[in-house]
Amino acid sequence: MRPFRAVGELLRGDSGADRIVPPSGFTVRLTSFTSAAMAFLAVFALALSLASGRLAHRWSAALADTATIRVAAPAGQMKTQVAKVMEILKQTPGVTSARPLTDAEQKKLLEPWFGPDLPLDALPVPRLIDLRVADSGFDADGLKNRLAGAVPGAVLDDHTRWRAPLVAAADRLRLLGLVCILLIAGATAAMITLAANAALAANDQVIAVLRLIGARDVYIARAFIRRFTLRALAGALIGTLAGTGAIALLPAASAAGGFLTGLGFQGFGWLWPLVIPPLAAIVAFGATRSAAFATLRGLS
Amino acid sequence: MIEFQHVAYNYGGGELLTDISLRLPPGSFHFLTGPSGAGKSTFLKLCYGELHPTAGRVTVDGADVAKLTRDEVAKVRQRIGMVHQDCRFLDHLPLAENIALPLTATGREVPQADMAELMGWVGLKPLADHLPPSLSGGERQRAALARAVIMSPDVILADEPTGNLDWEMSLRLLTLLTELNKMGKTVLIATHDMNLIRSAKSQVSARVLRIRDRRVQLAGSEL
Repeated sequence: MRPFRAVGELLRGDSGADRIVPPSGFTVRLTSFTSAAMAFLAVFALALSLASGRLAHRWSAALADTATIRVAAPAGQMKTQVAKVMEILKQTPGVTSARPLTDAEQKKLLEPWFGPDLPLDALPVPRLIDLRVADSGFDADGLKNRLAGAVPGAVLDDHTRWRAPLVAAADRLRLLGLVCILLIAGATAAMITLAANAALAANDQVIAVLRLIGARDVYIARAFIRRFTLRALAGALIGTLAGTGAIALLPAASAAGGFLTGLGFQGFGWLWPLVIPPLAAIVAFGATRSAAFATLRGLS
Repeated sequence: MIEFQHVAYNYGGGELLTDISLRLPPGSFHFLTGPSGAGKSTFLKLCYGELHPTAGRVTVDGADVAKLTRDEVAKVRQRIGMVHQDCRFLDHLPLAENIALPLTATGREVPQADMAELMGWVGLKPLADHLPPSLSGGERQRAALARAVIMSPDVILADEPTGNLDWEMSLRLLTLLTELNKMGKTVLIATHDMNLIRSAKSQVSARVLRIRDRRVQLAGSEL
């Protein structure tokens, strides 16, 4: 219960305790600036992390419910082979629909490599069959075996080899965003600890007087903790507002823009930055409390 | 009551005080004298727990100061008013707030009537809003005395309180301290000013302790 009591006392404040630390001080301004800068960066790290999460989900979902079968056969046997594959697919649990691509669709797929005048009939191009798969999935190995037995020229691609590295990359990116937030919190704590130590050292005479008159450590520490915590909170609010504003000014998400234009927050995601200022205050509270009590313990 | 039992104190280089045993009974008035560097300030610091003896023990109302927790030491200091030669104020706070600091630091209310009476007693009422750096040495010493007594402590310890004062101001401060003793407070003044001690003897029944050869002795009739 002690931490809750300490936070309660911090929020209530004490006009007497607030005044015992001299009002000016470079260290306190440094705390505000550091907190604002770190909050600004934290907003971007948060946006990156959330966008990566969305991306991983989108890629995973898009590739997970489709598969492709490539049928290679001499031109005269292609229709028969495709029909056999379609028959097998009809009997395969988990395959909700299957459709051979039309010539026009295949031509469009090859256009980027061979140009618009591709004579599809003259080339031994395999026929592609697009599968839609149920959420529960399907037995890819079983299907491969049956295809190998009935249509040796048919090859199943369930997209696993595409999907896994893409999703892993997006997941890593999301993790990287979270690690960035942790590093920012750690750097904030370190900076505020340094600033608090400097403030405590600069006010050693104040502390000596207070101890002389019988002030308890908790009273002395509270004066410093409250000042640094409130400054960190104010700085983080400014930094968060600036960071969120900058994110809002990014170009809107579009299919053409891909990942980068989707970096902003979406829906309730805009509420996430609200977490940053209280988090900065908690970090400042912990860092200053630790520094203050360590300094006071070193005094007689 | 403050009691020393076979107390010794080393300053790293050597023994400053050795085998000191004495009591400061409630309501007593003592001077502590001796040459500079004899250990007068160290003696006072041992009384309020800023230093701990290297041998023996110092007790305040029966409690061994060296064994108290930090919060308990703070409580002991609330019952001992200290007046230093250099006064030690918070220079950014007005005088009245500095004097009231022992109350505010312990979460107590500052009764305005009592505060006004105290400021009047030390003759600083018109200077309540002044900052400490703007005060003279005598005003600062009287303010330090007011701060020392605002918690109505049982004991007043003064370390060379007249060191920076002229004779007239020294006598005025001495009068305030003897008034406190007459109210039942225990007073211990560390000083090397023999004239001050002689003047005090006409106002109050004071014992004089002298630090000589690292020991505290009761001074003789030459004082």
